[in-house]
Parts: sequence; structure tokens; C-alpha cells
Amino acid sequence: MALPKLKQDATDARIAALSLPEGGWSAPARKAALARLQDMGLPGARDEYWKYTRPETLVSVDPTPAAVFEDDEAPFWDGIDRLKIVFTDGVFDEAASDDLSLENIEFARLSDSTDILWAKDLYGTLEEAGQTPVQRPLAALNTAFATDGIVMRVTGPVSKPVNFVYNHGSDSSDAILHHVVKVEKTGDVTILENGPAAARFNNCMEVEVADGAGFHHIRAQGRDHERRAATHIFGRLGTESTFKTFTLTVNGVLTRNEVVLELLGDDAVAHVAGACMGDGDFLHDDTVFITHDAVNCESRQVFKKVLRNGATGVFQGKILVKPGAQKTDGYQISQSLLLDDDSQFLAKPELEIYADDVACSHGSTSGAIDEDGLFYLRARGLPRGIAEDLLTIAFIAEAVLEIESQELQDELNARVAAWLERRRG
Amino acid sequence: MLEIKNLHVKLEEEDKQILKGVDLTVEAGKVHAIMGPNGSGKSTLSYVLSGKDGYEVTDGSAELLGEDLLDMDPEERAAAGLFLAFQYPVEIPGVGNMTFLRTAVNSQRKARGEEEMSSTEFLKVVREKAKDLKIDAEMLKRPVNVGFSGGEKKRNEILQMAMLEPKLCILDETDSGLDVDAMKLVADGVNALRDEGRGFLVITHYQRLLDHIKPDVVHIMYNGRIIKTGGPELALEVEHNGYADLIEEEA
Ligand SMILES: Nc1ncnc2c1ncn2[C@@H]1O[C@H](COP(=O)(O)OP(=O)(O)OP(=O)(O)O)[C@@H](O)[C@H]1O
Ligand SMILES: [Mg+2]
Repeated sequence: MALPKLKQDATDARIAALSLPEGGWSAPARKAALARLQDMGLPGARDEYWKYTRPETLVSVDPTPAAVFEDDEAPFWDGIDRLKIVFTDGVFDEAASDDLSLENIEFARLSDSTDILWAKDLYGTLEEAGQTPVQRPLAALNTAFATDGIVMRVTGPVSKPVNFVYNHGSDSSDAILHHVVKVEKTGDVTILENGPAAARFNNCMEVEVADGAGFHHIRAQGRDHERRAATHIFGRLGTESTFKTFTLTVNGVLTRNEVVLELLGDDAVAHVAGACMGDGDFLHDDTVFITHDAVNCESRQVFKKVLRNGATGVFQGKILVKPGAQKTDGYQISQSLLLDDDSQFLAKPELEIYADDVACSHGSTSGAIDEDGLFYLRARGLPRGIAEDLLTIAFIAEAVLEIESQELQDELNARVAAWLERRRG
Repeated sequence: MLEIKNLHVKLEEEDKQILKGVDLTVEAGKVHAIMGPNGSGKSTLSYVLSGKDGYEVTDGSAELLGEDLLDMDPEERAAAGLFLAFQYPVEIPGVGNMTFLRTAVNSQRKARGEEEMSSTEFLKVVREKAKDLKIDAEMLKRPVNVGFSGGEKKRNEILQMAMLEPKLCILDETDSGLDVDAMKLVADGVNALRDEGRGFLVITHYQRLLDHIKPDVVHIMYNGRIIKTGGPELALEVEHNGYADLIEEEA
């Protein structure tokens, strides 16, 4: 079917400005992804899935320049022993990275020329599966044109987290990264991500979690203000596997985080959570699609958004329970705390259920600081600002508590507290 | 210590007068009780004194130790020494009881220009006082009042009062919902704080609490006014005869 002219033109122009990396093990998958992208076309303002978030600046040929942000806070995860893998403007920075070596992980780079059979089988596969029933053209673009990324195979428990650090160096950088993580039986890995990455960032991670394996992911986006980012996480879960991801986003003009999970093995557990802090020219979009296709699986989506000064929060979250996916336990909550009347929260929670023995619930709320709570705290002597901050941190707590490690919870809470404090003056 | 004169209060949102000229003085070292039928304005008085939004003072004044209370923010009133044990303590999910208590103690100290309490000292003091009130460590860790029983909430109020060591304590029906043993604990907690420099305003419906916390003065509030003031015997009279006679006398 022919694309509408506007969409066709925008797609052609964007593709023409990019070059498909030649050769290597990923070449066939990239070609296939390019064909998918050409079929779908890039998202436009009329697309239902982009109703609340304008995609123009994410699909334009050139990125809108973004000044490099001078962050004066301590680096993320500072006290945590971790393996650092650094990218600057989307290019692997060997000098700044640790040796790619860790017990029970096999590392390679996307650009490595040697054939990596397991990666070849996976690269673009989960992204492709995630294109139905809803199209995600920016992810297909990513598979086709990613310039760098890490592929890793986890063959057992890993002693420390792997940390992708994304540095931003140039005002006009446009980074496209694609990582592949294959967690095999008995494997268990934690991935930390942080950093502003680029003026515009398209990041994609495909994660296959085998039977009984575990994947934990904690990501921090911000504090840069001018960033535009579109990210995708595609996950496929085997029997009795665990998949947990949490994202803290502070600032950023435009961030769209999509998480697309398929629970294919019985008794799998998937938790997707996030908190964002937005002030002024800020739009944050969490778009989540969880497909239950096995028996007795659990999924949780917990999203909290703190918005002030005209910031906008978007949540599109769907639980799809396929026929036969009995005993599904699906929970979804999305809430926003509006610190003033100018901010807004747009939510579209969806349930689509084709099995009869399931327990699914969803809720979405939007409100101001609880006046009774605020008065109670002030009546005990807490100054208004401190009381409001405490209640704000309490508001996001349900999401932050999804992180298993207390140490990481504390670190993220401290970042949020600092963000609030800077605004209190 | 607390001096309320001709206090008139209406609701901000609607044209409803609730307090219609309250006169009341609580001296340092004394316990005053306020009784009165439901809806007579007792809680409203306590809220207005502590600075809750939604009320408008149309006339009169309220001073604590010579300072104009009505002009201050709630946190300033707290730092000046006012404490209200709420009739309905508020649940605050996500805020730990300990964090809350420590922040409260140190915010007040800071506002008064005093040195903040170190975390070790704070822990020591809070454990001691919690023990007296039979509040266990687990309850201290939980979010403020969340999942607490009615009685636990009231004991938690008294713990806060003990930690903050206010000058004037208002207790709004702290006895309601308490079993006999809990009532004793709460009363002991209050009595432990009684001293020369501290005043109490105890709002209650029942003589039972006043058996444990002996009042010096008893006031009857009705329809937004104090209609009678007397000694402890006034509470006994209410216990036996209800309010009907007093109200008739007033009319
Ligand atoms: N915010 C409010 N909105 C509407 N009415 C109010 C409000 N606050 C108080 N009132 C009304 O003012 C009157 C006094 O209420 P208040 O709670 O002060 O009574 P009380 O003496 O404490 O009663 P109780 O013994 O039942 O606790 C009641 O008629 C009550 O309905
Ligand atoms: Mg009352």
C-alpha cells in the first residue's frame, strides 16, 4: 500500500541522509529492517500511536541542535562496582571504557566483522516481532542504521552490573545505538544505563531471557534539557524468567520510551516501571506493550510523573492477554502529580483480554499535592517546600520500590531530591 | 500562654459562620478541657489555631506566648510551640515515620535557631519514647500512619508530641477509638509532659480520659461559643446529664 505523500517524502529524505553499514554479520537483518521501514514509513503527526507526542523532531533529517549540558552532580552509580562501556555521541569510546571482559558474559560489538552466530539470529528479530500489532518505525530505522552497540551473551550469574554510559560531545550529534542481550539459562545480569548520549538519540535494546534466567535494567535519563530521545526495549521472556526495568527521567525536551515485552513461557515475571520529573519545556512519553502468551505469568507496569511549569506527561500502556494465557496477573498504574495548573498528563491505558481466567487491573490518576498530607507535615514544623518535596518523593516511591537494590533506590531518590531542591531555590 | 479573644471564624468557601466569639485563656502549667456536642466547633477551633486552610478569621485574635498566631504559617506556629494531636491523623504513604519525625524535630530546631539533633541522639530518644508508648520498631519504620489501627495512630500522635516538646498541646479527641489500656498509655504520655511551662487543651467527649488526665478547667462549647466554664465537676455533670440543661441555660 502506498504511503501518504508527506510520510513518503519524510521517510525517503531521512533514509537518503543515512547510510546502511556495509557487510558484517548484521547486514541481512539491516536490509530486512530497511525494507520494513520503507513499508511502514516514519511516524507522522496523524498516526494514532503518536497522538500525544509529536514525532517531527524525532524523524527529521537533521537533529535539532542541543547544547552539551554541564552536569555538576557526581557521576551515576559512583559507589557501585560495575563494568563501564562508554559511548560518546553514539560511538564506542574504548579509552574511557573498561575491558570488555566479565565472567559469564561474551561481549562483542555490533561493528565486529567476525560472524557472531547467536547475535545474527537475534539482531532485529525481537524488533520485527514487536512491529505487530502496532508499528514502531523508529525501531526499524534503528535496526537498519545503528552505527554501534554491544551484543552480549550471558551464560551464568554475573558478579557486577554492566553500565552503558552515554556521553554527549557535540551540539548536533545524532546517535543510533542498538544493543542485543541474550541471557541464557541460569544467566542473570543487571544493566545500568545513563547519560545524555547526543542531541538526538535513538536507542534500541533487544533482550532475550531464557527459561529461568533474569534480566534487570535500571536507566537514568537526564539532567540535560535539550535532548530528544526515542528508545525501545524489546524483551522476550521464557519460562520462569524475570525481566525488570526501571527508568528515571529528569528533564529533556522530548523523550519517548517504548517497552515491548512478550511473555512466552509459563510463570514468567515482567516489571516495567518509571518515574519522570519534568519542568517547563518537557514532554515525556512512556509507551508500553505487554503481551501475555503463556500461563500463570505476572506483569506490572508502574509509572509516576511529576510535572510542573507546563510540562507534559504521556502514558500509553497496554496489556494484551492472548487466548490460553490463563492465570495471567496483570497490573498497571500510571499517575501524575501536577505541581501547577499549567502541566498536563495524557494517559491511554488499555486492556485486551482473550482468556477467561485472568486478573488484570489498571488505573490512571492525575492530581495535585495532597492538601491534608501537606497540612499535617507543616503542622509538625516542616516548611512548605520541604513538606512538598517529601510528598513528591513519596509519590514516586511506588515506582522506585520496583528496583530491587536498596542502594540504587537511594541513589535515584537522592537525584530526585536534588532536582526538587534546585527548584525550591 | 494561649490567649483567644472574641474569635470569629467562617468557612472560606461558603457563608457559614462556625466560631462565633470564642474567649479562652490557657495558662502555663494548666490543663483545660473542652467538651461539647458534635458539630459545635471544637475541631474547627483546633484547626484555626494550627493554621489549616479553608477558614477565614472575621474577628478576634489568638496569641501564643504573646505572639500573634493567626499571622503565622502552620510551620511557624509549630516552631513557636503549638502542637495539635489530630482527631483524624493523616496517612502519608511513601514517607517513613522516622524520616518524618526527624525532619520535624530538626525543622523546628532550625527555625528556632537551635542546633539540630544528630541521628544517633535522635534514634536513642525516639526509641526510648516509643517504648513508653508501646510503639515497636516495625511501626516506626512504616510510612506515616499507613495501615495503623485507630489506636496506633493516636499513640503515634503522642509520640510526635513527646519528641517535639511543644509549649501548648491541643489534643482533639485523642481518646476516641482507644481501648482501656491504650487510653492509659496515652494519658501517661500526656501526664509525663505536664510541667510548669506547658499548657494543654484537651478536647474530649468523655469523662473517662479526664479521669486519667485531670483537668484544671473545663469548658463547654456549643454552637461556636464557650457557653460555660467550670472546674472538673462540670465534666462529671455532662457525663450524667448531657448537654441539654446547659444549652437551655444558655438560650
Ligand atoms: N471544611 C468544612 N466544610 C463544611 N463544613 C464544615 C467544615 N469544617 C467544619 N464544618 C462544620 O462546622 C461545624 C463544626 O465542626 P467541627 O468539626 O469543628 O465540630 P466538632 O465540635 O469538632 O464536632 P465533633 O465532636 O463531631 O468532632 C459542623 O457543622 C461542621 O459540619
Ligand atoms: Mg471534632
